[in-house]
Amino acid sequence: MNRRQRSAASRTAVAALAAAVAVTVTVALAQTPPGTTGDARRSGYHDMGPALRAMQDDDSANPAMLWVRDGEALWNRRLGAAAKACADCHGSAASMAGVAARYPAFDAQLGRPVSLEERINLCRTDRQKAEALAGGSRELLALSAYVALQSRGRPIAPPDDERLRSYVAAGEALFKRRLGQLNLSCAQCHDDNGGRRLGGALIPQAHPTAYPIYRLEWQGLGSLKRRLRGCLVGVRAEPFADDAPEYVSLELFLMRRARGMTLEAPGVRP
Amino acid sequence: MRTARLLAAIATPAVIAAVPAGHAQEAPRPYVVVGDAIPASLTGQSGDAARGRAIVADRQVGLCLLCHAGPFPEARLPGNLAPPLDGAGARWSAGQLRLRIVDAARLNPDTIMPPYYRTTGLQRVAPSFAGKPILSAAQIEDVVAFLATLKH
Ligand code: HEC
Ligand code: HEC
Repeated sequence: MNRRQRSAASRTAVAALAAAVAVTVTVALAQTPPGTTGDARRSGYHDMGPALRAMQDDDSANPAMLWVRDGEALWNRRLGAAAKACADCHGSAASMAGVAARYPAFDAQLGRPVSLEERINLCRTDRQKAEALAGGSRELLALSAYVALQSRGRPIAPPDDERLRSYVAAGEALFKRRLGQLNLSCAQCHDDNGGRRLGGALIPQAHPTAYPIYRLEWQGLGSLKRRLRGCLVGVRAEPFADDAPEYVSLELFLMRRARGMTLEAPGVRP
Repeated sequence: MRTARLLAAIATPAVIAAVPAGHAQEAPRPYVVVGDAIPASLTGQSGDAARGRAIVADRQVGLCLLCHAGPFPEARLPGNLAPPLDGAGARWSAGQLRLRIVDAARLNPDTIMPPYYRTTGLQRVAPSFAGKPILSAAQIEDVVAFLATLKH
């Protein structure tokens, strides 16, 4: 499918979704292919200065590529009681092309959606018979960066899986809920004030186009969940527990909201 | 000593700031709204404009400059989410300023301005902030006293 067919297909799919669930704002945004007039969506990439954009664009300067290299080694390393590598089941990482563009996805066995990091960990525990990697660990970030890289340049393409709908709706409701002592919702900053400045920081539109990201402030690679936790702490809200369903719901909603935008992972952010 | 992470944590290196001693924050005291103002001081006393200026300019205490610009030549890049504070004391009486800081949502339910002296109707407040207003009554009086000096 070329780009135009793909976006036409996604338009039809989105229309079907709209009929079923009233995620009207999301759909209005998603129906306009990115890059055409009328699509006001913009990746945080475009809110950065030229130096940071150049750092993301150049693989030899993008610090996230250090994690990618680790991820490649891990992909090929046999481990766990099963003594299997990711490559033993999946072959070359090229088989992962497009995967990061459609996660989180519904896991039938667990009966709930799982993020890409969780999916990787399920392969660890179920297939490799190894210990799950800790959330935020270097290895898990390395593997997710390596897998995400395989989708770089592809449009974000969340599946129209009806089992995900209630989670997407929950994510959207959460995005619009005021939280914390400062009583602000995600939408108030990112929908209503995207492009304005909060102190010295430009408020991006909060599209999950680049994750995992190398963030200068973190001096390291971090997941979308870590980014969301930062915004929750910023409004003086209690962050959700690490394994809370709220994160995957928010991620699902953000991916719907960014449908058709180009995946640029692993990205760089201030 | 209580440590606190703040709005600024979104935008700047994870700030861990100590709340200045002497500002241990108690639950809000009752106050009376008349029209669009709280005419009476929350403490029964008038605030100190110099202290108020310091609170407004401090991005971990007042947070004001994350959203508002104002007459602060020394300040780093202010935000632009809100009208500049210049002239606030000419536009509004002390009582009107007080209500706008205490609970701006009373005037505009959709406002993004945080309710500086309200602890109810908030969700998932981090435990270290729960039950406490953003600023104490005395701090708010200081801020009101400062804003009242902004005549231009
Ligand atoms: C008070 C304003 C504010 C609120 C409320 C807020 N954010 Fe943010 N958010 C920011 C700022 C500012 C940044 C960029 C920080 C930087 O560049 O240093 C950001 C960054 C992000 C990013 C990264 C975008 C990118 O390009 O990588 C995402 C995703 C995000 N926020 C989602 C959320 C979600 C979800 C919520 C609610 C749970 C939320 N934010 C609440 C201000 C806010
Ligand atoms: C997160 C954003 C935000 C923060 C933080 C914030 N404000 Fe505001 N403030 C606003 C907005 C937006 C308005 C415009 C009116 C409205 O929407 O309610 C406003 C309005 C005001 C007004 C009345 C408008 C005028 O004409 O001057 C005053 C006075 C004011 N703020 C003072 C303060 C002070 C003092 C602080 C800190 C103690 C503060 N604000 C913190 C967003 C903010």
